[in-house]
Amino acid sequence: MADNMISCENVVFRYESMEGQTEKVAVAGVDLEVKKGEFLVILGHNGSGKSTIAKHMNALLLPSEGKVYVDGMDTLQEDLIWEIRSKAGMVFQNPDNQLVATIVEEDVAFGPENLGVPSDEIRARVDECLKTVNMFEYRKHAPHLLSGGQKQRVAIAGILAMRPDCIILDEPTAMLDPSGRKEVIKTITELNKKAGITIILITHYMEEAVEADRIVVMDEGKVKMEGTPKEVFSKVAEMKDIGLDVPQVTEIAYELKKQGINISTDILTISEMVNALCQLK
Amino acid sequence: MSIKIENLTHIYMPGTPFEKKALDNVNVEIKDGEFVALIGHTGSGKSTFVQHLNGLLKPSSGRIIINDTCITEGKVKLSEIRKKVGLVFQYPEYQLFEETIEKDISFGPHKLGLSEEEVFSRVRRAMDMVGLNYEKYKDKSPFELSGGQKRRVAIAGVVAMEPEVLILDEPTAGLDPKGRDEILQQIKNLHREYGMTIILVSHSMEDVAKLADRILVMHKGKAILDGEPADVFKESELLESVGLAVPQVTYLIKELRKKGFDLSEDIFTIDQAVEALQKILK
Repeated sequence: MADNMISCENVVFRYESMEGQTEKVAVAGVDLEVKKGEFLVILGHNGSGKSTIAKHMNALLLPSEGKVYVDGMDTLQEDLIWEIRSKAGMVFQNPDNQLVATIVEEDVAFGPENLGVPSDEIRARVDECLKTVNMFEYRKHAPHLLSGGQKQRVAIAGILAMRPDCIILDEPTAMLDPSGRKEVIKTITELNKKAGITIILITHYMEEAVEADRIVVMDEGKVKMEGTPKEVFSKVAEMKDIGLDVPQVTEIAYELKKQGINISTDILTISEMVNALCQLK
Repeated sequence: MSIKIENLTHIYMPGTPFEKKALDNVNVEIKDGEFVALIGHTGSGKSTFVQHLNGLLKPSSGRIIINDTCITEGKVKLSEIRKKVGLVFQYPEYQLFEETIEKDISFGPHKLGLSEEEVFSRVRRAMDMVGLNYEKYKDKSPFELSGGQKRRVAIAGVVAMEPEVLILDEPTAGLDPKGRDEILQQIKNLHREYGMTIILVSHSMEDVAKLADRILVMHKGKAILDGEPADVFKESELLESVGLAVPQVTYLIKELRKKGFDLSEDIFTIDQAVEALQKILK
């Protein structure tokens, strides 16, 4: 338990509709542990419950049944909520909805200001966090004039300034162009590898999941599959069955295997594919 | 229906400190029945460009000629242009507002002043065209649907106007792989079966590779590349230098060619790669 950043124990969450008639079970009994320092990717189709479970991880939603612990703190305990949210920060899909100030550095300072951090400490944190995400030179810019990838990195800096141990990112690259996507993924990976921050990344881009320590696949509110990227992506047919995909090179290997070519199906990257094909040639 | 864009320039907030040239002397001709993909990094001018094509924005200078009508000068009725050129915005599901799907899709055709029967038949046809069963969905609230389905309802609303040119601004953003493939399949049908001219704005090189006949690359308000996918994806360094990429398959083929594999540079989809590799390996 002490090694766990997040533990979800048999979490059930029901959305109740306005009329109070129909209720929708978005999460139907999830047990999930995320270790400190882990890089976890959650995959699942729209409506599979992945965003709902993610919102439990910093107490934006509270379980209808079951328990969620963030660094050992029960999210149902109201007096712990601010401590929980400063441990686990969240970044959303649309950067325009997350930036609040008119100057980049003020935006990054917003979180720590609200935590009551002394002002010279805020100054130091803002500079440091903007440097971490490579946005320091833009500190005096207006956020709305930045590119999508830059905005998302500012949003990440804003979370970092609250000194979290864990960052949850809900499709942070969905609205970005290829270079913006690369910038954000590189930033996230560095935070994990260099600063040891626990990362929980939700994405629809299978290529982004390749670097993870572990992948959890959600379907109909439950954990359907779990394993290393190699274990999960080698199940091409199962992934396609639940409306997901695999990286393009993995799919090529799978199709070649079907045609009787002796190639491993747990290939995830271009260089692995090139190596495998060179050996076959 | 052809669209001819001549020397199109658009400057936002001219004469202010915020002045920005979003389009810089763009010359493009889109022929009847083409499937054109428009790619470019955020801020490259794609959205500004497509908003000119149905008269939502007026050029600072330059002309746009649709069929034989110049829509940028004189007294052209823009409502006529908008009937012919339909634009599906990003996240179009945010624009759904009616109680039922049928009402939502029929909003546009009603505003065209069509008869009840004509509206009815257009709604049915539009739902059919985007793969939504009329009987099953007509009375449902659009807000009860999944993300991919909502988006199809929103696209049906534009399709029901029966435009000759359909422009879609990142229609798959935020959808899961299955939802993405469904929408792309529907767009392909609109092009193949109904002969619509399609202009698809996308950040996904993989989607573009699968669908488009022609790719137009924008950078800093200019059209810097224009050609068939095979020719455009050959320029991987140029594409990367402007914040874009080529499909993963293209990178793979490039690496394999370096290792001496006898593969054509023209390969950019999974199917093509599997076929070519099979020939080499068997």
